Amino acid sequence: MSAPGPGSSGGWRARLVRLPPLLWLTAFFLVPFLITLKISLSDAATAMPPYLPVLDWQAGLEGWSSFLEALDFENYAILWFDSFYREAALSSLAYAGAASLVLVLVGTPLAYALARAPARWQALLVALVVVPFWTSFLIRVYAWIAILKPEGLLNAALLRLGLIAAPLEILNTPTAVMIGLVYAYLPFMVLPLYAVMSRLDGTLREAAADLGAGPVRVFLTVTLPLAAPGIAAGALLCFIPMIGEFIIPDLLGGSDTLMLGRVLWSEFFSNRDWPLASAVAVLMLLIVIGPVVLFRDAGAREAGR
Amino acid sequence: MSGFLRAVLALGLAFLYAPILVLAVYSFNASSLVTVWGGFSTRWYAALFADEPLIASAWVSLRVALLSGAIATVLGTLAALALGRHGRFRTRKLLTGLVFAPMVMPEVIIGLSLLLLFVGIGLDRGILTIVIAHATFCTGFVAVVVGARLRGLDRTLEEAAADLGAGPLRVFATVTLPLVAPAILAGFLLAFTLSLDDLVIASFVSGPGATTLPMRLYSQVRLGVNPEINAASTLLVVAVTAAVLAASRLTARR
Repeated sequence: MSAPGPGSSGGWRARLVRLPPLLWLTAFFLVPFLITLKISLSDAATAMPPYLPVLDWQAGLEGWSSFLEALDFENYAILWFDSFYREAALSSLAYAGAASLVLVLVGTPLAYALARAPARWQALLVALVVVPFWTSFLIRVYAWIAILKPEGLLNAALLRLGLIAAPLEILNTPTAVMIGLVYAYLPFMVLPLYAVMSRLDGTLREAAADLGAGPVRVFLTVTLPLAAPGIAAGALLCFIPMIGEFIIPDLLGGSDTLMLGRVLWSEFFSNRDWPLASAVAVLMLLIVIGPVVLFRDAGAREAGR
Repeated sequence: MSGFLRAVLALGLAFLYAPILVLAVYSFNASSLVTVWGGFSTRWYAALFADEPLIASAWVSLRVALLSGAIATVLGTLAALALGRHGRFRTRKLLTGLVFAPMVMPEVIIGLSLLLLFVGIGLDRGILTIVIAHATFCTGFVAVVVGARLRGLDRTLEEAAADLGAGPLRVFATVTLPLVAPAILAGFLLAFTLSLDDLVIASFVSGPGATTLPMRLYSQVRLGVNPEINAASTLLVVAVTAAVLAASRLTARR
């Protein structure tokens, strides 16, 4: 609190440091949400912008009241009563939940192996996990199309090995979406987990081993409970964006793969129904707001350390 | 290290890299069928450099990434300083939320809501709107990278400088800034690659004449697998790998 730095005392210099990010993020992150909320209560129209009502600033108080009267919850009624949107929400939750679970099961051993690797190899191994994290998401999803399609490499390999008689239909199925989700988000799961596991006190493990616990038992009774907060943070970090995922269901899932991100995209780009797309965004926000707050609190604890 | 853990590592890395390797190998395929090997050829790379719309969109992406990366670096570094060095202040909770939320928020929500703002205030969609959008979602990532470095700093160095009579600005310029500079550069590189990679947000906020590289690639990917995309992807992966190696050398050196 008393540490030096520009304006640590809370004077005008301190304000100069925090005002730019505060103003920018308020203007371009917070305010847009409020606008989205407002437009989700409007009706679609064939005009530009394609929604009604548009606030008439010149009309003063009267303009405001007629503007407010024209707002309604019709789009939310559509979301609630039309089974298409309900199914899209449930299927988003199911995909994100199942993929998060698989990511915990795959990512935990991988992060543990990274943390236990010899020190001189560790920097290189971590860099190897980081490179895909930085590599284009679109490209990494695209790469799976050539592998999974009926005449693709996976089927070619399985056919040659004689494991299957006819090509499997994998691309454009839920299986392909799951593979894509797990693959694309694995680095997001492994990196926070590794950060926690590499900080764990190795002497605790040694003590457990000295007392006669085998490696599996040491992992389950010492490492796993200590790493639990990291596992939860990693799972949240994957679950939240997966709810709104667009690229993976669009490229790997069939046309009947329902996920909220894709529904929002098509309402906006194909149907040009901005108000309904806004309502889908608000619904998605309501689904992720709990996890986002949890994640922010974890981030705040980390930042305050 | 046990054999089991070694096997886990090998399998994990194979899973992460096999698709990328397949992609790169088939970019040198002479056949235009992506899944049938027709001999070694660099024809797709030649086709790539003759593809003018693709080159043009690469330039758009590069300009957007440089500008938005620079803005995000300034905003993210300031946010990290405020959260890491200012103790308690009234807007702390708000700032924390605003910095961390965009990092996990589904991209479709960020893209749609920013578009509605731009339409609402009558700002023409184009490169400028993409730059604003990218700077907004990248700021948090820079703040995390710079914040981690700030936490690792030896506070006594800053205190010593202050005790010796340096004012806050001077302490920052001569002690703090040089020590966090590598993290600031790493944060910039991260913001740069995130911007270069974004498809969803850019699709919402861009207008005619501002097509980014991922938007161009996506419109071709939708038509099917195509060796020219493999070639473009391979070049991007090589560029990103070089940037990551540079960034990790920057942050590893203490």
